Amino acid sequence: MKQQKALENLIHGIFLILGLITVGFVLLITIYLVIAGIPAIRKIGIWDFLWGPKWASTAKEPSYGILPFILTSVYGTAGAILIGVPIGFFTSVYLAKLASAKIRTVVSGAVSLLAGIPSVVYGLVGMMVLVPAIRNLFHIPDGASLLAAILVLAIMILPSIIHVSITALEAVPKEYEDASLALGATPVETYFKVSVPAAKSGIAAAVVLGVGRAIGEAMAVMMVSGNAPNLPELFGSVRFLTTAVASEMSYSSGLQRQALFSIALVLFLFIMLINAALNFFLKRSKE
Amino acid sequence: MNGRMNAKRKLGIALLRALCKVSAVFTCALVLFLLVYILAKGIPNLSWELLSTKPSYLSGKIGILPDILNTVYMIGATLVFVLPLGVGAAVYLTEYAKNKRIVAAIEYAAETLSGIPSIIYGLVGMLFFCQFLNMQTSLLAGAWTLVIMNLPTVMRTTQESLKTVPQSYREGAFGLGAGKWRVIRTVVLPGCIDGVITGCILSVGRILGESAALLFTAGFAHTLSGFFEGLGSAGATLTVSLYVYAKEQGEFGVAFAIAAILMVLTLLVNLLAMVVGRWFKRRQKR
Repeated sequence: MKQQKALENLIHGIFLILGLITVGFVLLITIYLVIAGIPAIRKIGIWDFLWGPKWASTAKEPSYGILPFILTSVYGTAGAILIGVPIGFFTSVYLAKLASAKIRTVVSGAVSLLAGIPSVVYGLVGMMVLVPAIRNLFHIPDGASLLAAILVLAIMILPSIIHVSITALEAVPKEYEDASLALGATPVETYFKVSVPAAKSGIAAAVVLGVGRAIGEAMAVMMVSGNAPNLPELFGSVRFLTTAVASEMSYSSGLQRQALFSIALVLFLFIMLINAALNFFLKRSKE
Repeated sequence: MNGRMNAKRKLGIALLRALCKVSAVFTCALVLFLLVYILAKGIPNLSWELLSTKPSYLSGKIGILPDILNTVYMIGATLVFVLPLGVGAAVYLTEYAKNKRIVAAIEYAAETLSGIPSIIYGLVGMLFFCQFLNMQTSLLAGAWTLVIMNLPTVMRTTQESLKTVPQSYREGAFGLGAGKWRVIRTVVLPGCIDGVITGCILSVGRILGESAALLFTAGFAHTLSGFFEGLGSAGATLTVSLYVYAKEQGEFGVAFAIAAILMVLTLLVNLLAMVVGRWFKRRQKR
């Protein structure tokens, strides 16, 4: 009996450790990023680092200002949201409320496929289709630009926005809609004036999730944005926070390398803020 | 009723309906375009030679066999580690955890993990697995990085399926005098097979598509090696080599060929997830 008890306790302990391992991983990531990211910020000075308009890490007199990356990430994400959210929103209303069951299955399958396509494939198509198209359409020397990145990101965030919005719209109690219909509103009016407002927290969560996806994407953006550390311009070659880390990591050293870790820390802080917002909206939509 | 509706109201309704339809059609057209474009560009570049050889500097020919094998190794190694961890965590949450704070902490951690961008995983993986644990740039370091990424997925799907195991089964087993561990082994774990399989499929999809997290942890090498030898050495998966061929070497034919393979695999994984999901649902209803 005593042996049995000891065994049970041991197994309980093992499962406890397995359960806590996710917490451990989050701590590991946070601690590593903070430890790796702080030294460069201290050396460069937080103000010069965050607000410095010039990144020239390999110059003779190097300059480590990441304002261009921060602004590019913010503008790029905003652009992607501006284009992606309306399309995703209307698609999700269509799928959740208007479409027949058959169409719904097919289109949802297509959206899942969109979510599963590797980001490098988006990057490749962007490189071969969007970049030349932008170059020819706007008569600029190189189409690899913020605009190309915005378009690719807008497509990439579509599935997240659609899935989360559909879930939110489906959770709207049927009584709300029935009441509106009984009062003489047409189905479409009901969906937009009753269902959508009732699902607004969930839809907000969908948008925030899209923001997170857009700001964190690296590879596809790297392939279409040109990658020069300029202040953002719609038709200019730009570098995002994510691509700033990725593009120099393989050959970096010393302070330059430490500065890359600091960029990752800044990105991580952005993501944590976005996660907090996401949790806020998800919680509210559950209530 | 329709007669009394004024023109403005009618127009508004028609407009909203049209917007919904146009958006849905756009989304579908986009998927169709991507699928057709990639397959049309990629399939002509596929050849048996490309699939069955490794790159050779002597003849200047490119082969992607090492990348295919690396992808398979990566999937295998990641799943071997992530399944026990994810299932264990889920069992803890549904069977053992009583302290609400611990549960909240674990769930918050899982949510946080699923929001972290892959480039950050890659960076921390490089610092921790490659440098601190001295795994060097290797498939194993890449696999461990992916373990952290996929842990929330496996945990979530297993948890969902554990919730469908009726409480009466557990009580029945306890009533017969079984200890907790025995109940878990004989009643709970067999019930979570569905969730484990779903978690596997989702993870495979993510591993297939992952590149940013592997760039600095698993590297770019194209050497041909066996499983255990391969784990210890650097190697590019299909996605990483697509990136290298397209962005750094300008070999767009090969890049499209890889893209076509990835596209077909993604399609298969999606279909499998759908079929399996439906099958499990039907079985549950019985």
